[in-house]
Amino acid sequence: MDEPARGGGVTSSVRSRRALTEPPIVKVALLVVTVVFLAVFLVLPLVAVFTQAFEKGAAAYFAALREPDAWKAIRLTLLTAAIAVPMNLLFGLAASWAIAKFEFPGKGTLLTLIDLPFAVSPVISGMIFVLLFGRQGALGPWLADHDVKIIFAVPGIVLATVFVTFPFVARELIPVMQALGNEEEEAARVLGAGGAQIFLRVTLPNIKWGVLYGVILCNARAMGEFGAVSVVSGHIRGLTNTIPLHVEILYNEYDFQAAFAVASLLAFLAVATLLAKSVVEWRARPAAPRRERLEEAA
Amino acid sequence: MKDRRPHRRVLPGFGLTLGFTLLYLSLIVLIPLSTLALETASMGWGPFWATVTSPRVLATYRLTFGASLLAAALNAVFGLAVAWVLVRYRFPGQRLVDALVDLPFALPTAVAGIALTSLYAPNGWLGRPLQEAFGARVAFTPLGIVVALTFIGLPFVVRTLQPVIEDLDAEVEEAAASLGAGRRQTFARVIVPALLPAWITGFALAFARALGEYGSVVFIAGNMPMKTEITSLLIITKLEQYDYAGATAIAVVMLAASFLLLGAVNRLQSWTSRRGAAA
Repeated sequence: MDEPARGGGVTSSVRSRRALTEPPIVKVALLVVTVVFLAVFLVLPLVAVFTQAFEKGAAAYFAALREPDAWKAIRLTLLTAAIAVPMNLLFGLAASWAIAKFEFPGKGTLLTLIDLPFAVSPVISGMIFVLLFGRQGALGPWLADHDVKIIFAVPGIVLATVFVTFPFVARELIPVMQALGNEEEEAARVLGAGGAQIFLRVTLPNIKWGVLYGVILCNARAMGEFGAVSVVSGHIRGLTNTIPLHVEILYNEYDFQAAFAVASLLAFLAVATLLAKSVVEWRARPAAPRRERLEEAA
Repeated sequence: MKDRRPHRRVLPGFGLTLGFTLLYLSLIVLIPLSTLALETASMGWGPFWATVTSPRVLATYRLTFGASLLAAALNAVFGLAVAWVLVRYRFPGQRLVDALVDLPFALPTAVAGIALTSLYAPNGWLGRPLQEAFGARVAFTPLGIVVALTFIGLPFVVRTLQPVIEDLDAEVEEAAASLGAGRRQTFARVIVPALLPAWITGFALAFARALGEYGSVVFIAGNMPMKTEITSLLIITKLEQYDYAGATAIAVVMLAASFLLLGAVNRLQSWTSRRGAAA
C-alpha cells in the first residue's frame, strides 16, 4: 500500500490514496461522531447505574443486596437460569446434531421454527403461557381443580424464560457443526466408536467454544429477562420476583439507590458476558486457520 | 428409500436427536404459540376488528410504530458511521469499543430502562442541560421512548454492516478511483450500493426489535393512555384485567407486523446471497 504506484510518480500516488480513504477532516468527524454517540448511548447509562448504586456509600450498597427480598430474588434468578440454560443446552446439542449431521425433508422449516421465539416480543412470550395456564386459560380450570399453580408462580417464570432463551445454543451450534462436516465422526465410527464416544471424544472438543458462546448468551438473557417474566410472575414480593422484577419494584417505590444497587448486579453480569464473549471469540478464531493448514497438508 | 444413501446414516443418533428436537420444540414453542390462534379464532372477526381499531389501541400502534421507525432510522445513520469507523480506521481502545457495541444485547432491558430514565429525567445528567438549553423534555415523553428504542436497536445495524464492509473488495474502490472518481463519488456510487442490502437488513431488524420492546421503554415512557402508552404495555394492562381476548387481538397484529418484517429480511438476504453467488 505504501509503495508508490509504478511509473505514477508522487502526485498520482497521493491522488489515488486520497481517493481511497476519506479526507482527514471527514475521518476525524466520523471518529468523533462514533465516540460521542457510543459514549452517550452506551457508556453513560452504565456509569449511571454504578454511580447511583454507590451514591450512599458501600454500606448502603451492600445493605440493599442483603435485604431478604433482594436475596430471594437473586436465588430465584439463579434457580431459573439453572433450569433454563441446561434444558436449552441439551436441546441445542440434539438439534444441531440432527440438523448438521443428517439430511431430511423439512429441514428449512425446522430451522425457521427454532428461530421463532426470537420473532416473538417479550410480552407476547409471557402472554402465551397465561393463555395456556392462566385462570381463564385453556388449561386453567383443570390446573385449578388439581391445585397446580403455574402462572403467578415459579413454574411460569421458568417456562417463560425457557421460551425466550430457546434458540440461543441451537442457533450458535448449528452453523459450527455444519461447517465442521461429518468426516471425523465417520472415521471414528469406522474405527468402532459408539455414539456417546464419538460425541464426547470427537464432536465436543471441536464445538466446545461454540457451546460456551451459546451458553454465555443464553444465561445472560435468562437472568436478565424482564418483559416475559413480568407477565407471568404476578410480582409477589419474596416469592415470584426475579432480580429484574425486584429492581422494578424498588424503582417504582422511589428507592432509587437500592434499585440501582440490585441493578448493578445485572450490569456486572452484562459486562462479564461481554468480556467472556470477546475471550471466546478470540480463542475460537485461531482454530480456523489451523484447520486450513491441515487441509493444505493433506 | 432408507438404503438409497446409506453413507448418510453411518452416524448414530438421528432418531433420538430429531425426536427430542421435535418434542421439545412442540412443548416449549409450538403448543404455547398455538394458543394465540385458538384465542383469536374463538373471538370472531367483529370483536377482533373492534378491539384492534379502538382509539386507545390505534394510539399505541401510532406511537409504537412511529417511535420504532425513528429509532431505527437514527441507528441506520449512526450505525453506518460506527461500523465504518470500527472496520476501516485504527485507534486506541478499538477492541473495547467493538465489544461495547453488544452492550444492549447483554444489559437486561429493565436496567437499561431505569438508567436511561435517570439520565434523561428533568433533574438527570442529560435531562437538565437539555431542558435548560432547548426546553426539551425527554423522559416521560415520546422522545424518551425513541431514546430507549435507539439504545436497544443499536447493535443490529452495526453488526449486520461490519462483515459486509470487511468483505468490500478494495480493488473495486481502487478501480473507481483510478477511473477518476473522487472519494465522495466512490462512496455514493460504489460503496453505498454494495452496503445497501445489509443496511436495510440492519434497519429492519432494529425496527422489528423496537416494535416489541417493553422493559427499557416502560420506565422512561410515562405510560399515559393515548399519549405515551406503547402497545406492549397495553397488552399487559388488558391481561391484568383478565381481558385475554383483547390482549390476544392486539398481540396478533403486532406479531403479524414482526413476522412480515422478518420475512422480508429473509427474502432480502437470500436474494442478496443468490446475487452474490451469481456474480
